Amino acid sequence: MSKIVLEHIDKYYGENRVLKDINLTIEDGDFMTLLGPSGCGKTTTLRVISGLEKPQNGTMTIDGRTIIDAANAFYEDPSKRDLNLVFQSYALWPHMTVYQNISFGLKIKKLSAAEIDRRVMDSLRTMRIDQYKDRYPNELSGGQQQRVAIARAIASSPKLLLLDEPLSNLDARLRIDMRVELKRLHRETGTTIIYVTHDQVEAMTMSTKVALFRAGEIAQVATPLELYTNPIDMETADFVGSPRINLVDGTALYDGTTLKVKSPLGGFSFDKDSLKLAEKMPEGTEFPVALGIRPEVIQIATRRPAGDRWIEAEVYASQPAGSETIVTLEAQGTQFLALQVDLRSYEMNQKVWVSIDPQRVNVFNRETQRLIRYAEENRREEADA
Amino acid sequence: MKKAYIRKGDPWTRFKNQAKDILCNPFNLMTLIAFIILIAFVVVPLISIAKESLVLDATAARRAKTEEGSWGIYYWQYLLTGKMAKTMFWTPLLHSLTVAFFACLVAVPLGAILAWLMVRSDIPGKQVLSFLIIMAYMMPSWCKAQAWLSIFRNMVGGMPGILYWMGWDVPDWIAYGPFAMVCVLAMHYYAFTYIMLAGSLSTINSELEEMALIQGASKKTIVMKITLPLVMPAFLSAAIMTFSKAIGGYSVASYLGTRVQYHTLATRLHDQIASGMPGVGYAIAILMILLSSGCIFANNKLVGTRKSYSTINGKGGRSVDLQLGKWRVPIFILVCLFLLIALVFPILSLVIESLQVSPLRGLEPDNFTLFNWIGKEENSYALINYEPGLLRNSKFLSGMGNTVKLGVLGAIISSFMGQVFGYISVRGRGKWYGHAIDQLVFIPYLIPAVAFSAVYIAMFITPKLGGLIPALYGTFALILLISTVKYFPYASKSGSATMMQISAELEEAASINGAGFFRRFAKIVFPLAKNGFMSGFILTFISIAKEFDLISLVANERNLTLSYLTFSYTSLNCYQLAATSSVVMIVLISVCYLIAKKVFGADIARGWS
Repeated sequence: MSKIVLEHIDKYYGENRVLKDINLTIEDGDFMTLLGPSGCGKTTTLRVISGLEKPQNGTMTIDGRTIIDAANAFYEDPSKRDLNLVFQSYALWPHMTVYQNISFGLKIKKLSAAEIDRRVMDSLRTMRIDQYKDRYPNELSGGQQQRVAIARAIASSPKLLLLDEPLSNLDARLRIDMRVELKRLHRETGTTIIYVTHDQVEAMTMSTKVALFRAGEIAQVATPLELYTNPIDMETADFVGSPRINLVDGTALYDGTTLKVKSPLGGFSFDKDSLKLAEKMPEGTEFPVALGIRPEVIQIATRRPAGDRWIEAEVYASQPAGSETIVTLEAQGTQFLALQVDLRSYEMNQKVWVSIDPQRVNVFNRETQRLIRYAEENRREEADA
Repeated sequence: MKKAYIRKGDPWTRFKNQAKDILCNPFNLMTLIAFIILIAFVVVPLISIAKESLVLDATAARRAKTEEGSWGIYYWQYLLTGKMAKTMFWTPLLHSLTVAFFACLVAVPLGAILAWLMVRSDIPGKQVLSFLIIMAYMMPSWCKAQAWLSIFRNMVGGMPGILYWMGWDVPDWIAYGPFAMVCVLAMHYYAFTYIMLAGSLSTINSELEEMALIQGASKKTIVMKITLPLVMPAFLSAAIMTFSKAIGGYSVASYLGTRVQYHTLATRLHDQIASGMPGVGYAIAILMILLSSGCIFANNKLVGTRKSYSTINGKGGRSVDLQLGKWRVPIFILVCLFLLIALVFPILSLVIESLQVSPLRGLEPDNFTLFNWIGKEENSYALINYEPGLLRNSKFLSGMGNTVKLGVLGAIISSFMGQVFGYISVRGRGKWYGHAIDQLVFIPYLIPAVAFSAVYIAMFITPKLGGLIPALYGTFALILLISTVKYFPYASKSGSATMMQISAELEEAASINGAGFFRRFAKIVFPLAKNGFMSGFILTFISIAKEFDLISLVANERNLTLSYLTFSYTSLNCYQLAATSSVVMIVLISVCYLIAKKVFGADIARGWS
């Protein structure tokens, strides 16, 4: 069991505050991803958890055991936290073979030779690199080095495995392979994993939970699906998802029961129970909003279908990419993206009709930039596409 | 920016945990020890010499009509404004500056041209040539002075050299004094510019020049507008550093200057401390330190941060852009001629002299003998030296033993400390202690070698701390101490370079796996630093073994080294023995340098000039 609780963590470098009141709970067995652009404090948080950095304020516990108590200047030694870390650079010791790299920590733990051998070979087999055990790191490819680094980290069966942008040095193809590998590793070992990345695809595809970092603060902690469906503010919405979400300007009027929105992509009316009432929202007066519409929510018809929820648009450009086609559309002076499954072909300036499922639309308050209307999670619609 | 706000818990627990943290981390202890060593052996001696130049001894006190041990500026007055000021200080200062200036004038362009040819031209035999160019620098400057004497000596030297035998009575102004000094210094310090400029030239990314080529610049424009400005900082640095070195140098001045009463600051300092008023010597030492610090300060001001132009990166091949064409062979011959003068003639003349019965009879066939090498004492009356051949000579054997002992011990201690300082400085990058260590370690570099030994004499001539530190004057321990500390800057520079290669993450990975400080040092840092350590060790060994400036004041008949012995033979006009001993020195150094280069990949260009 390992539940990690971080409370009120502050980290300063000189007067520069790089972590601002970080509160984060990681449940046992979570695959928690710390996501954010570079310099947002995610790696620092990881280093605080591992014990390589000492925060000035805050506490951290693992299963109730105090690991950090900054007020009393107590910091548990990194080696006594029962965790292991995979560095971005892998940090393989160049003067040791693969086998020696992995057995190093086990020898320090004074395990018996047989036990060491069993564990080293186990973790090598788990990462499928047992045939390279006598090689030196510089005789391995980048992907193989990565596997050695992970094997070294899991050999001691840590309760908590920390991964710092482990895939960033791999090429695109290897990266996808390693994503699968890591997901499988998580499932098989049941280890709690904290994973740092700036790549939102990695975050979405692997994690059970994502903590989104921004400028030293945590903006949102949610499951990948929740983060994608209901990003807490416009910046998050913009950061998560590829191609990017359409943020369409409009105006809204809230009368206490429904939120009526007008926009170039048509008018919408939302029930009170889908609204986020805790957020600031003027009542009785019109205010500017942004509609958050994911490209895949937009359907396109080339001939005018029946029904009044279709609006006219023009094709600005089309990017067929094989399995999907990204279409840039223009309606009433507003450009937006639509994502179509399969290869479709559109002419430039072709007239089309688009439809948007209102249930899957987010609304953000322009003034506070925050989400005021929840979208429903994706339930594949059967419309007339 | 808001100031860091820190919540504090129970003060006692907090203190206890903090204290535990600091005390249980051996890195802190190591840093503390490093600081103590640097303060004790760098800062305190400097304070001592300042004090010794102001506290009057019996003679000075009597002349200044005050009590012995009282404070006063007598020495300074004597040196700067007194009746003797001109002889003691101003003329030597002028001499030092003149010699240094002209040595620079020859050495810097020479080194620059060589560097350009070696890095950029298609001159044949580059690898061998550049090796020999460095080799010529490995030969100590006093060996070159010795060689100069063996060729140009006239009757003033008691025993003339080879040219005299050939029938040319070399005039004094060629044989000794400023002309000779400038020649010898230039033949030595060209290497400074060569090393710095070759380094700078070879790190210029060729893409920078290729870009200019694409923009349509001519070869000449590229050289003038791109290449030269990029190497200018290195060139300027080299010039200033050469000047600074030449001002402070003692050995060449003592070999070639003193015989015709051409004194420089270094020789005056030496004489005052050895046989005059030590206080005056200390004052000269302080002035020399200021002069040399001034040069380095000027260097930092003029060149400063612009020094780091070097833009090494993986891409872009090194273009050979200087096609020598029909000049290829003539220029090759000129470079060979230079090597002949800087390397072959000196060695040859020393070897010949070491095989002569008497220099007077030059190359006459029956003048050749192995006596200087293996002669027995009982036969020595027949020859001029009255001493047995060196390999049977107890003085030489003990000098050789001392040199090796000094080199090995000094190199072990200073390269070990160098690794430690380098480690602290690299891991403490951006922190106050890293910075402070850097600054302190650098100080010995500012101080000319002969002044450095003066500083130590001031410190250790009497027991300190109520006898806790005994008077080390005249002991081997003092020679060792001086040699070690003087090479701290070099050793620590190579230590930093090595440590820089070892990423902190390698250590962090070990620390997460449970490795404590000592295990990390033993299993991760040391194995990775080993090669750097070994090449640093051998280069330090060479440098210490060939030192004369540094030990001329502190060595003596009981604790002599090869360099000291050679000089004393020269002073006694035992030129053949001096030459023999020089040859041994050159062989020793060459062998060590070859080992360092071939086995450990040592690179003199990395901060060892």
